[in-house]
Amino acid sequence: MDGKKHWLEHPATQNFLIPILAVILSFAVGAIFILIVGQNPLEVYSILFSQTLGTSYGVGQLLFKTTPLIFAGLSVALCFRAGLFNIGAEGQLQMGAFVTALVGMYTFGVPAFLEVPLLILAGMVGGGVWGFIPGYLKAKTGAHEVINTIMLNFVAAALVSYFVTNVYNVPATVHTPPIAPTGRLSRFDTVFAGFAGSPVNFSILIALLAALFVWYYIDRTRYGYELRVVGLNPKAAEYGGISVSKNIILSMTIGGAIAGLVGTNFVMGYKYYFEEGFSTGTGFMGIAVALLGNNNPFGVILAALLFGMLEYGGLVINTMVPKELVSILQAIVIIFVISSNKIFRRILVNFLKKRTLSIND
Amino acid sequence: MPYAIELLNITKRFARTVANDNVTLRVQSGSIHALVGENGAGKTTLMETLYGLYQPDAGKIRIHEKEVSIRTPHDSITLGIGMVHQHFMLVPPLTVLENIVLGAETTSHALLDLRKTTAEISELASRFGLSVPLTEKVENIGVGTQQRVEILKAIYRKADILVLDEPTAVLTPQESVQLFRILSELKEEGKTIVLITHKLNEVMAISDHVSVMRKGKIVGEVETARTTPQDLAQMMVGRPVLLRVEKGEKKPGGPMLVVNDVSYVDRRGIGVLKNLSVEIASGEILGIAGVEGNGQSQLAECIAGLLKPTSGSITIDGIQIVGLTAHEVFARGLAHVPEDRIKRGLVIDMNIKENMILGMHAQQRFSSRLALNRKAITENARLLITKFDVRPMDPEAIARGLSGGNQQKVIIARELSRNAQVIVASQPTRGVDIGGIEFIHRTLVQARDSGKAVLLVSADLNEILSLSDRIAVMYGGRIVKVFPDNKVEESELGLYMTGSKGNAAQEAQGD
Repeated sequence: MDGKKHWLEHPATQNFLIPILAVILSFAVGAIFILIVGQNPLEVYSILFSQTLGTSYGVGQLLFKTTPLIFAGLSVALCFRAGLFNIGAEGQLQMGAFVTALVGMYTFGVPAFLEVPLLILAGMVGGGVWGFIPGYLKAKTGAHEVINTIMLNFVAAALVSYFVTNVYNVPATVHTPPIAPTGRLSRFDTVFAGFAGSPVNFSILIALLAALFVWYYIDRTRYGYELRVVGLNPKAAEYGGISVSKNIILSMTIGGAIAGLVGTNFVMGYKYYFEEGFSTGTGFMGIAVALLGNNNPFGVILAALLFGMLEYGGLVINTMVPKELVSILQAIVIIFVISSNKIFRRILVNFLKKRTLSIND
Repeated sequence: MPYAIELLNITKRFARTVANDNVTLRVQSGSIHALVGENGAGKTTLMETLYGLYQPDAGKIRIHEKEVSIRTPHDSITLGIGMVHQHFMLVPPLTVLENIVLGAETTSHALLDLRKTTAEISELASRFGLSVPLTEKVENIGVGTQQRVEILKAIYRKADILVLDEPTAVLTPQESVQLFRILSELKEEGKTIVLITHKLNEVMAISDHVSVMRKGKIVGEVETARTTPQDLAQMMVGRPVLLRVEKGEKKPGGPMLVVNDVSYVDRRGIGVLKNLSVEIASGEILGIAGVEGNGQSQLAECIAGLLKPTSGSITIDGIQIVGLTAHEVFARGLAHVPEDRIKRGLVIDMNIKENMILGMHAQQRFSSRLALNRKAITENARLLITKFDVRPMDPEAIARGLSGGNQQKVIIARELSRNAQVIVASQPTRGVDIGGIEFIHRTLVQARDSGKAVLLVSADLNEILSLSDRIAVMYGGRIVKVFPDNKVEESELGLYMTGSKGNAAQEAQGD
């Protein structure tokens, strides 16, 4: 019996299984709310799934919504592994996307093979600086990153709002002039006709690469090792000669840079300009995505897909149920994931115990 | 004599481990019953089941010959059971009096009747020789006093059965003697006492009966008068154990670690180390005895580069290390077993192999400029696990799941694998079971025999006396006495440790 663990006992299986159970359960609870507004939950859910996953256009829309959520989720997850709660992904992605647009509108004539990396870099710099500031303050003064990132969200929102209404805007609009055409990322529908009409574009590949990078960085590099030690036990890090402040600054900066890549989707891949209000709380959803994804880069991708589906699905079922219902569903998913962890683990443990007993008897 | 406690066929499982396996324990009324066993043997679980913190999966509990159902600590308190936990359950900013009455307040018209309570508690305290300052805040009193507060708290709740979990772990020899006097006093009054411990000399000194647990089972129950520490140790571990450390003559070389005139003032402006000087030669173990909180931890951390001395110098093999980072000090030839393995020494949620490279992760053998060399890291862990007999023998096992002894082995294995010239070992066997202690002691002696300079800081006088080649006593941030060998009485050490001896002379020449 020793040494051979039941497959349900492996932490990896549990980490995977528990969020799924939580999602299923939250859909069940969501059904109650659908009943309350007088609709048939089965019908609503079947439309929700068929319109998002059942058509290539739906899948395209879903992926388009998923892309920024991956960036934001990765940003939060990476910082979380270093023991930092990055509430500032929203501000970081605003700054990143804005700087991307800004650089893009002044670099006409640069060939695509330079312009695309340049704009990607611009986004990372914009977001990275916005992550560096709270990281630096935390490391040097101990000022809590939660407060500072929240404050910087306001600063970022006000700053870009000022610039796109007064300085860099196309007159009478709240968006910037377009970026150089060479900085555009192709839409999927230029390659796969099935996605026609959907703005999903190649920035999703950047998102997947970012996830791969985060995984490799955290799991396989010595810098990632240091980051994890700092996140799990700063005193042991100090003891092991790992600089806690350096790692705090570094992970907030990298986190900010990843959030800053959101502009690749909207600015480089969709509208080709920056527009005020383009992000409706993507950075905050990133927290939920990271949580549901267990702060694991691949978990983040899956969680982003779920929330991307809910986001687009909300539009699909808008005619049947009020759009608030989708917000409720999203919130229930989050609540269940956070609070169910312990409960589900206990259920699993009890289940295993019963099995053990019956084997022994 | 009737039984005060009868735990009958208790079984308690956690997930797949069986903490208590069909355990039966009977404790005679009015006796002191020692419950001994290695860490993880199930002693604490058994007693916490009695106290209502756990529900047994099977078995019955009888108190004073009546079957009872204990579902919460409240039930057990009602039945007259009190427990003094290993980690005290006191509220530091409240006074001693407030802590004692907390949850059992005497009220008149919803107001605390403190006068009546004070009188009651004073009466109890003097009856059992439990002197405590009632109006002092708990955060301002020492651990020994805190423990008396815990005992008083239990008695105030009318406990006639008292369970103490490793009560002497935090006490000085003098305080331990005092505690034993109190326990005898309580026994005289007809109270029943269960003492969880793994210190066998205590068992012999105070208990009437002793039960030995191993791997969740009771493996022996004897009258204390009819057994020896040797027999008990063998029962606990399951094989013959060397209680004494075997060690040859020391062959010290030149001074390796030299601490010269070091002072350290902490953030609150309190002088923790005062002009402290000490030398350790290669090939010797210098033991530092002292009551905790007299600057031993800070001395170790100053040497390890975790604290920066306010003044003075520290050299390893003649090279100045003050002002270097922890990482650089490691590189100059230091190994450091920190006193708190959970807070400092381990990343408890990482696995064994990752913990075994902490502080060495940037070395070429474990990582290139960027990527970790996973193969080398696993190989390193396999090697050390075998050499140091770490259980489980799985490099992927998470440190949290290891017993205290094995966690400590992971740290010791890592630190000795640095191949350093100087080893600073703070409380290397705290919370480690007998089998583990034997191994760790042997390892430290081997390191000394191979020419390393070992600085041993320990609150366990037995350990200091049996391992050290020389013994230094720390009191109030100073070394107040150095004994040239380890042939010194415990009580003599105790006098220096508590400042009753040696301090006045030092005060005169210091400050």
